[in-house]
Amino acid sequence: MEIIVRDLCKSYGGRPVLDHVTFTAGPGITWLRDPSGAGKTTLLRILLGLETADSGTVSGLEGKRLAAVFQEDRLLEHLDARRNLRFVLGPAYEEGAALSLLAELGLAGEEGKPVRVFSGGMKRRLALARALLAPSDALVLDEPFAGLDEENRRRCLEAIRRRSAGKPVLLVTHDGGEDPLPGDRNVTFKNCT
Amino acid sequence: MGPKTALRPWAVAFWLLVWQGASMALAALYPHGHLLLASPLSALVRLGQLAVTEVFWRSVARSALHIFGGFLLSCAAAMALAALAARFRAVRELLAPLVAAVKAVPVVSFIILALVWLDAESLPLFISALMVFPPVYLNVLAGIDSTDPKLLEMARVFRVPFRRTLKGIWLPQMLPYFRAAVSLALGLCWKAGVAAEVIGLPAGTVGERLYTAKVYFQTPDLFAWTAVILAVSALLERLFLAGMDRLAGKVGV
Repeated sequence: MEIIVRDLCKSYGGRPVLDHVTFTAGPGITWLRDPSGAGKTTLLRILLGLETADSGTVSGLEGKRLAAVFQEDRLLEHLDARRNLRFVLGPAYEEGAALSLLAELGLAGEEGKPVRVFSGGMKRRLALARALLAPSDALVLDEPFAGLDEENRRRCLEAIRRRSAGKPVLLVTHDGGEDPLPGDRNVTFKNCT
Repeated sequence: MGPKTALRPWAVAFWLLVWQGASMALAALYPHGHLLLASPLSALVRLGQLAVTEVFWRSVARSALHIFGGFLLSCAAAMALAALAARFRAVRELLAPLVAAVKAVPVVSFIILALVWLDAESLPLFISALMVFPPVYLNVLAGIDSTDPKLLEMARVFRVPFRRTLKGIWLPQMLPYFRAAVSLALGLCWKAGVAAEVIGLPAGTVGERLYTAKVYFQTPDLFAWTAVILAVSALLERLFLAGMDRLAGKVGV
């Protein structure tokens, strides 16, 4: 599966946010790197169908399911971690798979606690677990490592690589701290390739 | 909002004593002073006498059926219209003057007007429904408006079915608003419903008994029936709110 973005443009109130963005994302991680405010989140929102572009095309997503980590955690704070996963997965929820992934992300034993008592980093990792467990053809991850320490960043990146094999993963980051592996792509908006 | 002041037994006892004293003073000062203000003791005795009669329970059941029926119908209509108003701006704008009018116009004007259109039997149901509508509609609408659109976007991206979205996002957001509205509306509908019964005089209702008590100067009956209204209103409020709290527990609020 490939996601092909061609000449995507979007502006708000006459201010261009995306200016002829073009790239192709195949299986593996496509790192979208650029400073804050460069329109990465807008691009992801267009890919998720939450906004429409002024011009340009996105192909390869027709009839496909996307899972996402949003810029904010967007968790149901009144529920515990397990019920947050159940909310998205419904009948597809499997306790064993959920607990195993939570353990991989350093959240072992936290599944029954209300999300409102979680730290920022725990919420971020739960939001990632939700995206990785949800049935999907591609992943769209907006700053999934925001607020995480080095160890948890490594854990999360490993989980993303292990759990998304064969799927395109669009991963937005503005600090560019992770080392890409062979097969990863790097996209910067000023010279999208 | 300041701290809620609980009803302390000593304070209640104090005012009951004041009432008893006032009643005894009137009885001592005037030949038929006991008719002007029945004592709490005589009201309690009368309540005990009434409570063992079939007529009493029939009257309570009849009034409760009409008034609580109006409450339930109005809640259903208010929730459905609030959902529509949240979705369609035109519905919100259309209903705004109507809700403002119902809130502003004295209930007695509606009772007299409705008496022209409706028979006495339907009057309490209509009036209680009318009084319940504004607080429930406005609170449910506020609850829907305050739902986080980002959570709804999340549910949309993950293709969460409507039923699960309702249970996981909409209901937890709306229930506290609805609960507050119900607590207010149940008190309102009983006051307005019994007022409608006193004016419309549907046969065999609490309102009719109150009116009869007034006509025949049966002040112990007046207080006894008033106590019944308070008790039934409080009981239904507790039952309804307990049911809502169970629902809230199920959705994890």
